[in-house]
Amino acid sequence: MTETVIQTRDLTKEFIRDEFHVVALKDANLEVRKGEFVALMGPSGSGKSTLLHLIAAMDRPTDGEILVLGENLRSLSDRAIARWRNEHIGFVFQSFNLIPVLTAIENVELPLKLTALKKKERMEHAATALKLVGLGDRLGHLPRQLSGGQEQRVAIARAIVTDPDLILADEPTGNLDAQSAQEILTLLGRLNKEFGKTILLVTHDPHAARFASRIRHLEKGELLPEGQVPADYTVAPM
Amino acid sequence: MAIPLAYNLRNLTVRKTTTIMTALGIALTVSVLVAVLALVNGLRTAFETAANPLNILVMRKGANAELTGGLARSVFEDLKSKPGIARAADGHPLASLELVTVINLPSVQNPEGTNVTVRGLTEVGLELREHVKIAEGRWFRAGRREVVVGKSVAKRFPDAQIGRKLRFGKGEWDVVGAMDAGQSATNSEIFCDLNQMSGDFNRFDGLSSALVRVPDAVSVDALINSINDDQRLNATARTEQQYMDSQTNSAAPIQYLGVFVSIIMAVGSSFAAMNTMYAAVARRAKEVGTLRVLGFSRGSILTSFFFESLLLSLLGGVLGCLLVLPLNNVTTGLMTFSTFSEIAFNFRVGPEAMAIGVAFALVMGAIGGLFPARMAAKKEILVALRDI
Ligand SMILES: Nc1ncnc2c1ncn2[C@@H]1O[C@H](COP(=O)(O)OP(=O)(O)OP(=O)(O)O)[C@@H](O)[C@H]1O
Ligand SMILES: [Mg+2]
Repeated sequence: MTETVIQTRDLTKEFIRDEFHVVALKDANLEVRKGEFVALMGPSGSGKSTLLHLIAAMDRPTDGEILVLGENLRSLSDRAIARWRNEHIGFVFQSFNLIPVLTAIENVELPLKLTALKKKERMEHAATALKLVGLGDRLGHLPRQLSGGQEQRVAIARAIVTDPDLILADEPTGNLDAQSAQEILTLLGRLNKEFGKTILLVTHDPHAARFASRIRHLEKGELLPEGQVPADYTVAPM
Repeated sequence: MAIPLAYNLRNLTVRKTTTIMTALGIALTVSVLVAVLALVNGLRTAFETAANPLNILVMRKGANAELTGGLARSVFEDLKSKPGIARAADGHPLASLELVTVINLPSVQNPEGTNVTVRGLTEVGLELREHVKIAEGRWFRAGRREVVVGKSVAKRFPDAQIGRKLRFGKGEWDVVGAMDAGQSATNSEIFCDLNQMSGDFNRFDGLSSALVRVPDAVSVDALINSINDDQRLNATARTEQQYMDSQTNSAAPIQYLGVFVSIIMAVGSSFAAMNTMYAAVARRAKEVGTLRVLGFSRGSILTSFFFESLLLSLLGGVLGCLLVLPLNNVTTGLMTFSTFSEIAFNFRVGPEAMAIGVAFALVMGAIGGLFPARMAAKKEILVALRDI
């Protein structure tokens, strides 16, 4: 039996402010096993990002349980969670979120600053990660000297450089042209197939789902059962 | 392992204009403080180098300044014979009776006249002042109406030149020499023969003070106590150094004013730094969120922004010191309250003054950086990521 990487039980997240009350996620039960590549789809506002943030412990659930790598983070301190995230999670943002004043290799080196690695080893790891994403010749470039697709590849290098157990990507192709988007998805596919990385990918793009081994749909905060799609869901012909 | 310093340095460089403006504000504040410190430092040096640690100054009981002091000739005779006073090779005691007064001389900047200290003394008085050398001409002779002027006096008063005459007392005095007293306040004095001077000012018996020498450091306290306890003398003794130190207080009003002004300015500069740092935190909210997602703790976010503020203020501190550095060795004059005459001395921008200036800048940076850094650290990850 393969290891379970993500296991959520009746996971619920509500946002309550004085005048409004939003149930962003309701009783979600999701299981992702090691080596899987799961795509998470659903219309805007359906709770995809919310689910991802809860899994990455960037936010705390209102109700329910999450076990990531068998660990329940509920009782951990802020500091311990930060450590844990650094060791086990690689996060890829829609808007890349590179540090503008740092070069590509420095950006990738950043998460390694929190490890015991020496400067030389950190640089080697960072260079290896950048080569893996095809940017071995752009180590010293600043983010603004790179194209959007290249920036996102640097961000992916940064997400994988610590060799995390789980890669979470929130619409990583949302800001990219079709060509670059394709490259990013191919790259994620490779990371899954060749390196056995477990990936949870949030996407709007039905074609992106082709790279995934499994697709789950969300609708209005509800995680639909495996294989079920929202009523008005159509896949446009490619 | 923290967020790299390069991150902060480059952010400071990226927002060049704000960085320079904020640093300049801090620099001005620091320069005011360092300038005042350099002034006080210069004045202290002038007085300190005038004093010999083995010299003891004696005045009438209760007197605090030579000018208003007073010492009777008869008291001096008793004093001279006291045991514990060093003697010269030929056996005469190293004790100098002196008369100090103030005269008014027209100067270049002040044609109506500026006060200058005149000191009447005998040869022993010169023996007791090893730091004073004749620079030009010769020493005055006993029984003659001759004066030797300090080099600062020569510089500032057109009449105080060798070959010219000064008018004070009962008539004219010939300037026969100029003396060099190193960095000391003696450069601002005029020396002449004690007896000539006491005649001119009708002070045959009531003179100003006596300077005596002890043979070694261990006998200083003994002689001072012995003089102070001697009912017959009715005099106060202190080391020449203590007396000179108290003269440095002449700079106290300027010192207080300068420190006061720089503290007011520091409040402004701290707010400027705070403003700059708040703006930096706001502009980099998304970066803060990203760093947190990468695993950096709230603590490292706080440290990073705090350090950035310190770096900014360090730049200001260094700039401030550079601004003041040209003042080093510039001569200035200051009215001293105990002599009512002007002392010329040099600004001294020493390493201590600069260290205090830089530390002062760092305090501004720390105050300015703390709240913005705390704000950055307190942000929730998702809130930070959503901010643009
Ligand atoms: N901090 C918040 N405060 C209040 N409501 C929130 C907050 N974050 C998310 N929501 C709400 O929760 C719901 C789910 O949001 P979420 O961001 O998870 O959607 P999403 O599926 O990622 O949408 P998109 O595809 O547009 O990114 C939305 O209705 C959203 O308005
Ligand atoms: Mg989203």
